[in-house]
Amino acid sequence: MAQPPKAFQQVIDDFAFADRQERIEMLIEYADRFQEVPERIATRPFPEEHHVQKCESDAYVWAEDLPDGTLKFHFAVENPQGLSAKAWAVILDETLSGQPLEEVAAVPCDSVFTVFGKEVSMGKGMGLMGIADMVTAFARQRLAARKSPA
Amino acid sequence: MAEIASRGYAHPEVLVSTDWVAQHLDDPAIRIIESNEDPLLYPSGHIPGAVQVDWAADLNDPLRRDYLDRAGFEKLASRIGITPDTTVVFYGDKNNWWACYAFWVFQLFGHKNARIMDGGRLKWEKEGRPLVREVPTYPPTRYEAPERDDSKIRIFRDEVLKKLGTGVKLVDVRSPQEYSGERTHMPEYPQEGVLRGGHIPGARNVPWARAANPEDGTFKSAAELKAIYEQEQGLSPDDEVIAYCRIGERSSHTWFVLTYLLGYPNVRNYDGSWTEWGNSVGVPIER
Repeated sequence: MAQPPKAFQQVIDDFAFADRQERIEMLIEYADRFQEVPERIATRPFPEEHHVQKCESDAYVWAEDLPDGTLKFHFAVENPQGLSAKAWAVILDETLSGQPLEEVAAVPCDSVFTVFGKEVSMGKGMGLMGIADMVTAFARQRLAARKSPA
Repeated sequence: MAEIASRGYAHPEVLVSTDWVAQHLDDPAIRIIESNEDPLLYPSGHIPGAVQVDWAADLNDPLRRDYLDRAGFEKLASRIGITPDTTVVFYGDKNNWWACYAFWVFQLFGHKNARIMDGGRLKWEKEGRPLVREVPTYPPTRYEAPERDDSKIRIFRDEVLKKLGTGVKLVDVRSPQEYSGERTHMPEYPQEGVLRGGHIPGARNVPWARAANPEDGTFKSAAELKAIYEQEQGLSPDDEVIAYCRIGERSSHTWFVLTYLLGYPNVRNYDGSWTEWGNSVGVPIER
């Protein structure tokens, strides 16, 4: 049974020991590094199949195939106040892009609650889990396609 | 401000415009306070000079399900550098939802010099006005607050129970799905533990956000609000009104609208709301 990528687990551990203020500062630092999906991958209007369901920040996820068989993840967050979604997208991109697909597929979506802590209880939990769900689903799709070539 | 004055509100002075706030950023008699649902927004950028009052960390008792007490309020007031004479201007995310909640809690301590910035964070941002990350500090003040007065704008479960059937008008400001009992939490929000779904018998359903214009978060005009609350729902200014939602935050927005914009003198917020009612043994429920 594969484990999530080490870099991802490291980030989760950092958040697990952060207090409320540290957590907020870390999340804002991540959100500041957000870069929207490049035009070579997608342009508006973004296709519905990349739209994360139940995300109040209107997030989209894409997976780009890299030559080594891994995936590079891209995101768009249409709500300008969707800082949590942007921070989460950066965490997922920085720790999962280019990692073995088996490890990406092993990422537990409820890690959201370790990263966002109690702050998520009133809001965004479902949407953020939806973003992680879509990322791991892309990894599982590619793995399944490898096993049964068309 | 002229535009706000033209909307026909009973107490238009309780709202200030983004323009007015922009002109009073350095006014020592004014304290601008941001209150949000999302804890990331204020630290990521706020109106220059604005302080944050957080609903969870500042306004709630850390242990009991209740608001801060007099000593807690005095400490909070000192931290944000206000006196009873300071005009506090609240603004925030989600159509000023949490700003109205903070405003309501401040009224439990009788802080009359309070305003809401119409449109909140959304309008300020859409107008391209400045947001800064620098967190200001103000010299601590000494604020002597009265004891919290829960009798005028707040109501508790047992009193709500006694009022049922007496002609009191209950306004359930949750979503239609929560009101009908189809679901026990807000759409798209996590399940937060209520054993029974439905609403308090006789309650009308007016989702809170109907009072705001979604494109810029401003309040609807008095005529538009009357069309909703009076023509459609049959409320009138001389009614005794109780607003509730899930934990009392969305209903503080409706309390603000009915009290200040439509001038209803007798509106209370039942902050125990559905998380208390829907978990209480033996209380009547309607679906």
